Amino acid sequence: MIQRKVLEIWVGVFVAAGLFALGTLAFRVGNLATAEVANGYRIEAQFENIGGLKVRSPVTLAGVRIGRVAAIGFDPATYQAVVSMNIDGRYNVIPVDTSASIYTSGLLGEQYVGLEPGGSEEYLKDQGKIQLTQSALVLEKLVGRLFTSFIEKPAADKPASDKK
Amino acid sequence: MRAFQYLGGAALDGVERLGRATLFLYEVVSGSWMLVRRFYLVIEQVYAVGVLTLVIILVSGGFVGLVLGLQGYNTLAKFGAADSLGLLVALSLVRELGPVVTALLFAGRAGSALTAEIGLMKATDQLAGMEMMAVNPVTRVIAPRFFAGIVSMPLLAALFSVVGVLSGHMIGVGLLGVDVGAFWSQMQNGVDFYDDILNGVIKSVVFGVVVTGIAVFEGYDAVPTSEGVSRATNRTVVYSSLAVLGLDFIMTALMF
Repeated sequence: MIQRKVLEIWVGVFVAAGLFALGTLAFRVGNLATAEVANGYRIEAQFENIGGLKVRSPVTLAGVRIGRVAAIGFDPATYQAVVSMNIDGRYNVIPVDTSASIYTSGLLGEQYVGLEPGGSEEYLKDQGKIQLTQSALVLEKLVGRLFTSFIEKPAADKPASDKK
Repeated sequence: MRAFQYLGGAALDGVERLGRATLFLYEVVSGSWMLVRRFYLVIEQVYAVGVLTLVIILVSGGFVGLVLGLQGYNTLAKFGAADSLGLLVALSLVRELGPVVTALLFAGRAGSALTAEIGLMKATDQLAGMEMMAVNPVTRVIAPRFFAGIVSMPLLAALFSVVGVLSGHMIGVGLLGVDVGAFWSQMQNGVDFYDDILNGVIKSVVFGVVVTGIAVFEGYDAVPTSEGVSRATNRTVVYSSLAVLGLDFIMTALMF
């Protein structure tokens, strides 16, 4: 039979290692460390099309992440998507005429909201609304447009006589 | 007629066993208040159930991570998305492979040992001896083992996932040349704490309850002969593996 002290040490090492592993999963593998927004405030923006934007997608200003998408809703009056964003309290000097666009990181990467500051001296407050927005680029629409331009060109160049 | 009789008998037996198992587990849980006073019993069993299972879990986690890294890289490189290797390895480990493979190994290593130990205690009349001394064997023998299993399973699954991610990192970044920054940042962007990690932990707790529950019940319910104990051990591994795989499907369908 193993000595009681040795046994307790082993169990302690095991439990500590297990808890450490859980912590590693939460903070290094997962996004718990970056998910929280300290003393945030909410701003809202309406978009025609949000593409693949999700709750907790990043909100960036000049490429720096300043907040996260808190909720995505739908406005039945305007048929537009309402995206409310939680912005970190440290960045409380966003001008009211800021514009918001939805970008994609990389060709097929995650979508995020990019803010471009305007020149106003007034700053957005809690529950403030961004007026200028630009929708997400939907890849299918782009590809579709590309194909139609490809198909239309040969049809215009060649007469209809050469059919295959 | 004989076929119907056989089917009916089998169904009745099954229902009876299920009822006995439920009553038994109720007795285990309701008698567990005494473990607060004698916590040492649980620590002792965490050693037997958790610490001794550690080696096989760590080695398997390492190899599963290595294989995931190699296979994932081959497929992702075809689409030019090798940078997402970290995300692929982490998500498959945290969501599925971590809890499930850990539970299967746990059933094979710890579950079978629990059943054999309890079954032999019964076969050698140790449990009956305890009752003679007015010690309830369910609270003294079964409950510490049951709770040690529930405590150990999530810790083992977390260690499995972490070792797997690290060895995936070793293969991906060290051997195949995936960018180290992309590996970790894609992982952190894609793995959500609540949706992925917490659900994985919930899965592993459920598997812990199921596997240890089956193991202690089969041991306690074993026919007290050497053949009976061997059959009970066999049943523990088969039933808990099947239960883990079936429950995993249901939980995945509900969670993700």
